[in-house]
Amino acid sequence: MAAVDLSAIVIPPAERSEGYWASVLRRLRRDPVAMAALAVIVLIVLAAVLAPYIAPADPFRGSMARRLRAIGTPGYLLGTDELGRDMLTRLMYGGRLSLFMGVTPVILAFVVGSGIGIFAAYVGGWVNTVVMRIIDVFFAFPSVLLAIALSGALGAGILNSIVSLTVVFVPQIARIAEAVTTQTRNRDFVEAARISGAGPLTIVRVHVLGNVLGPIFVYATSLISVSMILSSGLSFLGLGVKPPEPEWGLMLNTLRTAIYNQPLVAALPGVMIFITSISFNLFSDGLRGAMEVRQ
Amino acid sequence: MIIGAPPVPTSRDRGGPGTPLLEVRGLVRHFGGKGGLFGKGKSGVVRAVDGVDFSIAKGETLGIVGESGCGKSTTARLVMQIIKPDAGDILFDGEAVGSQALSLGAFRRQVQMVFQDSYASLNPRLTVEETVAFGPRVHGAKSGAALAKAHDLLHRVGLEPRRFAGRYPHEISGGQRQRVNIARALSLDPRLLILDEAVSALDKSVEAQVLNLLLDLKRDFGLTYMFITHDLNVVRFMSDRIMVMYLGKVAELGPSEPIFATPGHPYTVALLSSMPSMDPDHRTEEAPLTGDPPNPIDPPSGCRFHPRCKMVSTLCSQAEPQLSTMGQDHLAACHLVNPQSGHPRLAAA
Amino acid sequence: MSTTADTIVEASGLTVDFASGKGLIRAVSGVDLSLKPGETLALLGESGSGKSVSLRALMRLHPSSAKIGGSVRVDGRDVLAMSPRELSAYRGKTISMIFQDPGLAFDPVYRIGDQIAESVMRHERVSRSEARRRALELFERVRIPSPERRLDNYPHEMSGGMRQRAMIALALACRPKVLLADEPTTALDATVQIQVLLLLRELQREFGLAIVFVTHDIGVAVEIADRIAVMYAGRIVESGSCRDVIRNAAHPYTQGLLASRAHGTLAPDQRLRAIPGAPPDLAAPPPGCAFGPRCDSFAEACARAVPENVRVGVAHEARCLLAAAAMAPA
Repeated sequence: MAAVDLSAIVIPPAERSEGYWASVLRRLRRDPVAMAALAVIVLIVLAAVLAPYIAPADPFRGSMARRLRAIGTPGYLLGTDELGRDMLTRLMYGGRLSLFMGVTPVILAFVVGSGIGIFAAYVGGWVNTVVMRIIDVFFAFPSVLLAIALSGALGAGILNSIVSLTVVFVPQIARIAEAVTTQTRNRDFVEAARISGAGPLTIVRVHVLGNVLGPIFVYATSLISVSMILSSGLSFLGLGVKPPEPEWGLMLNTLRTAIYNQPLVAALPGVMIFITSISFNLFSDGLRGAMEVRQ
Repeated sequence: MIIGAPPVPTSRDRGGPGTPLLEVRGLVRHFGGKGGLFGKGKSGVVRAVDGVDFSIAKGETLGIVGESGCGKSTTARLVMQIIKPDAGDILFDGEAVGSQALSLGAFRRQVQMVFQDSYASLNPRLTVEETVAFGPRVHGAKSGAALAKAHDLLHRVGLEPRRFAGRYPHEISGGQRQRVNIARALSLDPRLLILDEAVSALDKSVEAQVLNLLLDLKRDFGLTYMFITHDLNVVRFMSDRIMVMYLGKVAELGPSEPIFATPGHPYTVALLSSMPSMDPDHRTEEAPLTGDPPNPIDPPSGCRFHPRCKMVSTLCSQAEPQLSTMGQDHLAACHLVNPQSGHPRLAAA
Repeated sequence: MSTTADTIVEASGLTVDFASGKGLIRAVSGVDLSLKPGETLALLGESGSGKSVSLRALMRLHPSSAKIGGSVRVDGRDVLAMSPRELSAYRGKTISMIFQDPGLAFDPVYRIGDQIAESVMRHERVSRSEARRRALELFERVRIPSPERRLDNYPHEMSGGMRQRAMIALALACRPKVLLADEPTTALDATVQIQVLLLLRELQREFGLAIVFVTHDIGVAVEIADRIAVMYAGRIVESGSCRDVIRNAAHPYTQGLLASRAHGTLAPDQRLRAIPGAPPDLAAPPPGCAFGPRCDSFAEACARAVPENVRVGVAHEARCLLAAAAMAPA
């Protein structure tokens, strides 16, 4: 082979196959449930992001004169809250913090947890055992309890609640990451790469990441709904956002006094949490289906 | 290189034609030794490979056959250094692997392997050309040169680069995938190729194509093969010499024709007569062996084959037979082959 | 084919379609099978030839998305018209199946003996102890050593060959008339494979079973079968007695399969006569004879229409224009 002048060989353009992610997208587009869920998520995100431009009222200005108006009151499409603030506006603004606090911990945990899990699994041996046993300790606590305890210890506030939720999700993601990486590293193609003399970093970059990030990502998207509920829960308990800042969990809390006068209005933030988290869940299910590797 | 050219007189040949390309001495690997999780499982050591010696001459194909659990795949992985041996030496072209003269990295570049499962041994996220170009890239080839080499190799294994280079593993057939695996193994210009059941999972009509391809590649690239299979027809077709393994030991070793014509070990005899007869008028009427291959945990004493052997005597359960010469380079580990062993059937004959 | 009293399995014009991303895939297109009690038919073919799909159609073991057409009559009853209730009585009682992977037949968390007894009790009104006795008797029949003790094993506690024997015992638990075998020896070592084949032959004689045996290995087919049907791309391209198909193969595909085997008579360094190319994609089959693109004797007429089945001997048929030409009156 030494005699072959490789530079002299002209590489003809090869037929390109559709890449993996392109095929995932194609299958996802054919899934009506996932696409509907995605549409709802996009709508909610847009409403939250564009709130300052499209919201009908000021989220902080209330009036004792128009407290707790019913849904459908002229000028207040979704009624008003216990301080007479426009609910539609509050819900749109509330989405900003709720989404931020729901998604951020999952993103952080995805980065940290994947790193820990992939590292532990790829190194293997006692390192893996030690790391995973430490991770297991976190599983001894129910996640709600753990989040409340951490938030309580760190003190109320947006940042602290994000930190505590991240800590709740890191072990869960790390465990999944460890499982899929262990599975992948024992496949023949990783062995073949090792035989060809590639170092561990190259193998992880070329052969492991591409095969494990997908499944971990799907799992992470399914955690967003949990994260939304937990962060709202923390705010509800007064451990997250402080009034008068609009946030769905906190709104649910402050409106609970109105449950007998305007039950529908009082339920609205809960409905939003429900719709958003179920949309994330349905989308995640669709993504998982679309990502199943064909033989 | 042109197809049909004589083997490259490699400057890499250090020991000369007389030195075997691969020499394995006293290879041992045991697994486990702990009891089951609840203390109920069989405790004991799995003697996967238990003192195996063989060599492969340059340009030769050594076939390794045996039932599941005989240690043939473990032997391949030990030679490949994917798992570390407990004992034994592996010499490549006269130099000990891992010594100063031959580092592990340098050794690995010269020995490559093709696995049985063509799908599992390809990264599903990489295109065919990326898979083949990976090895050269790791060893510092420029992207363009690595791709050019990949295309050349794909062409050599019968996959037109124009059509196949950009495909993913799930888009091509099993036979085509195995061709990709062969191209990948060749991408580092190895001298020894270990084929671990490389054609076993293929359809018969495709298997023949791949076997022909392997013969062509061997000639064109001046390769040496270690060919592991459970299919005796295939091993006979491919191999110059054959090693029969049983429960981690060599039962018989020698040139193909004598092994098929005058097998020395009763186990080899049984293996050969287990092959389907291919004659509708003379079907097999009696199974040559009863029962399953035994577990390599706590193998039988003496000759490991003795509980299944039709020629068994008390001697066989007491003394372990050593490899004895039967003819030109033809060895078998059976008391019946050694006239001095004192096996009662020898006196009767 | 006419339904005669002595056929137990009769399939005609059998088709199986699967929906897939690329559209409808016809995995089996017009298969005719007939089998007498006590007869073994080997369905020989490569992956994707439709051999396993045809086999499963005899038991209606397909996902509901698959569409089965044609007719299947087993033991005088129309299988495709059975209600779910009739179907579950039919499976196990009239017809039964063994697989390549015994894991498909056994539940890993129950003892094997209990699973066999369970199956007996589901189909017949017998007491547990009677069912248990039957399980033991079956274990003796399939020659499992120390059967009494082995009945209490979990599937993972048995070796591959023994699990295969246990699966055969389970399949025969309710004394079916037809046994379907889907590559049951493929994963076994040759030394164990021959034992299982001999056992099946013996059980067949004893129970008068009709067996349909799917395999990709001609050698195995010769060891087990009275008749061989060679499948390619969803059709039977040649069928006949074992002797006729091996000795006087009429279809180029069968001839190619026989010639491409690596066997002892080859001189060193001789190449195998491999069939070129790969089996066709069933989503886009070639026109006419599906084997055409790989055939040495390909002619334009081959691509025009699927060749008709022609008789090339006594109970020996092939779908090939060459065979048809050879048989045509001069």
